[in-house]
Amino acid sequence: MSEIILEARDIKKHFPVTKGILFLKQIGAITAVDGISFTISRGETFGLVGESGCGKTTTARLLLLLETITSGAILFNGKDLTQLSAPELKNYRVSVQAVFQDPYSSLSPRMRTGDIIAEPIIANNALSRKAAKERIAKLIEVVGLRIDGAELYPHEFSGGQRQRIAIARALAPNPSLVILDEPVSALDISIRAQIMNLLHDIQQDLGVAYLLIAHDLSVVKHMSNRIGVMYLGKLVEVAESEEFYSHPLHPYTQALISATLPIHPDDQREKIILPGEVPSPFNPPQACRFHLRCSQAKPICSEQEPLLQEVTSGHQVACHLY
Amino acid sequence: MSSGNILLDVKDLKTYFSTRRGVVKAVDGVSLCLKEREILGLVGESGCGKSITCFSIVRLVPQPAGRIIAGEIIFDGEDLLKKNEREMRAIRGRRISMILQDPLTSLNPLFTIGNQTAEPIIIHRKLGKNTALEKAREMLKLVNIPSPEVRMKEYPHQMSGGMRQRIVGAMVLSCQPQLLIADEPTTSLDVTTQAQFLKLLKDIQQQSNFSMILVTHDFGVIARICDRVAVMYAGKIVESAETRELFNNATHPYTFALMKSLPNMGDRLDKLYTIEGQPPEMHALPPGCSFAPRCPEVKEICKQKYPPLSVLKDGHYVNCWLRT
Repeated sequence: MSEIILEARDIKKHFPVTKGILFLKQIGAITAVDGISFTISRGETFGLVGESGCGKTTTARLLLLLETITSGAILFNGKDLTQLSAPELKNYRVSVQAVFQDPYSSLSPRMRTGDIIAEPIIANNALSRKAAKERIAKLIEVVGLRIDGAELYPHEFSGGQRQRIAIARALAPNPSLVILDEPVSALDISIRAQIMNLLHDIQQDLGVAYLLIAHDLSVVKHMSNRIGVMYLGKLVEVAESEEFYSHPLHPYTQALISATLPIHPDDQREKIILPGEVPSPFNPPQACRFHLRCSQAKPICSEQEPLLQEVTSGHQVACHLY
Repeated sequence: MSSGNILLDVKDLKTYFSTRRGVVKAVDGVSLCLKEREILGLVGESGCGKSITCFSIVRLVPQPAGRIIAGEIIFDGEDLLKKNEREMRAIRGRRISMILQDPLTSLNPLFTIGNQTAEPIIIHRKLGKNTALEKAREMLKLVNIPSPEVRMKEYPHQMSGGMRQRIVGAMVLSCQPQLLIADEPTTSLDVTTQAQFLKLLKDIQQQSNFSMILVTHDFGVIARICDRVAVMYAGKIVESAETRELFNNATHPYTFALMKSLPNMGDRLDKLYTIEGQPPEMHALPPGCSFAPRCPEVKEICKQKYPPLSVLKDGHYVNCWLRT
C-alpha cells in the first residue's frame, strides 16, 4: 500500500433540528454522518456510493472544511487538521480541491474562463500573474478546451465543456486530492464517457488522488480502486473494486448491485428488490440501520450495532452475518 | 407480445419552434408505431426531441412558439391532429396518460393525496366523490403505498420521492388508459427505488394490458422493461428495432457508440469508447445527416443528403448511408 495522504477517523456530523420561532429549542439532531473512517492513498481513487441522503455529500463537505465536524478527526499527511497552524491549514485548502455535480451553478457567470481557472492560483499567491497565465494555457490544453477558451464566459460552453472548466480549476493549484462529487451525473451519456476518460488520463499523468462520490455503481466501479458503501450516515462495506463486485458481502451492497440496470436484455442477474425506502436520518432505526429492509435480518440485528470489521484482507463489512 | 393491433401510428410528425435564433426543428419527420400491449423505449440525449415527440402526441406543445406543422397521429383509428381542444381533453388523462420526470412538480402541494388521486376518476369516469375516493384508495394500494387510508389525508411534501412517483402512477392508471407515456419516470429516483418503480410499472402493465412509450436516456431502463426501442438524434429517429435485436446488432454508428460508451459493471477497462464532439445546435443543423460531424465512419454523401430508411431485417430499421 502506498502512502496514505488523507485519513478520516470516526468522523461525525450532526445537524441540530430546532423548534419554535423566537425561543429556539433543539429537539433533536440529524446524524448525516455518523462515525465513518476511511483512508485515501496517493494516486488512488476511493469511490463512495449510496443513495440520496446517506451522507456522501456531507462527508465531502467535511473534508473540504465547508462544514465543521461534530467529532472525530481528519488527518492530512498524518497530521490532525485541528492541530494545524494557519499557513498549514491554507496549504491543506490548496491541496484538496473539488469538482461539483452541476457545472451550471459551480462556475461564476460573470467571470471569464481564464479568470475562473486562475482564481485558486491567485488566491494562494502561488504564482506571478505571468506564470499563472502560462499555467492556465497549459490547463486548458490538458482538459481539452479550445485554445481561445480563456477569453470566453461559461455560458458560451456546453455542459460537458463547463465540467472541463471546473476540472481545470480544481487542478490549477496542483492538488494532491480532488473530491469529485457526482462529476458526471448531470451530463449526457455521450459526454459522460469523455469526462470519465479525461479524469482517468489526468490521474495517470499527474498522480492525483480522487475521492469519487456517485450514486451510479457502474461509474464508481469503472473509476475506483477501492469502494465504500454508505447507508444512513454509516459506512457498511469497504473493498477493493474487483472484490467488491465479485463478492459483495453486506445485504445492502448486494441489493444495490442487483438494482443497477442491466446493460443487455439477456443480462438476467438475480434481482433483489428492496422493500421500502431509506428511513429518515432524523430518527434512524436502532442497532443495524438496515435491519428493517434486510431480507436476512436476525434478532441480533435489531439489538446490537454491527461494527465495521475486516473479513478478508482489505475487505471490511459492518454486518452480523460475518 | 409483438402480435396485436396497432394502437398508435405516428407518421412523419414535424414539430417546429420559432425562436429568435431561427427555426428549431425539434421533431423532424418522426414516424413511430406502437402495438397494443407493447412497451416502446424512446432513447436519446437531452435536446434530441424525445420529450417534444411525446408532448406532440397529446397535443401539449407549448404555443405559440411551437407548432406541429405536418404529420398524422393515428390513435386507435382516429387522427389526433384533427381533433379540437374539447375532444382532446376527453382523451388526455382518460385514454392517454402521462408520467413526467419530476413527481414533485406534477402533484399540487395544496391538495391532499386522496383528493388528487380521486380527481381524474371524478372527471373522466363520472363517479361520485365517495366512490371515487374508494377507487383512489384501491389504486394507491395497487402501487404499494403503505396504509393508504392514512396517506390519503396527507400532502405531497410528506412523501418521499419514490412514493410521490408511485402516487402519480396511481393517478394516471386510475382511468385505465390505453396508452401511457412515461417521460423519464425514474431519472429523479435512487437506484433501489428506481428498480422498485420499474418492476411495479411492468407488473401493472402486464395485468392491465395498456401500451406504453417510455422516454429515457438510459439504456439500462430499456434493457429491463422495453419490447422495442427507437433511438433519436437531433429530431429524427435514426434506428429502431426489437430490444434484443438492437442490443445485439446495433447498426447506426450513433447507437453503436452510445452503447459502447457505457461503463460496464462486468469488466474494468481503462478507457471508455467516446463519441467526439457535442450534440449539434438544433437551430443550425448541418445539411445531410446530423450525426455526420461526429461520425467515425463518415462518407462524402453523408454531408450532403439525409440517408433514406433501410430495412435490415424484419422490424429493424436504420437511417444510415453505410447500410444502403
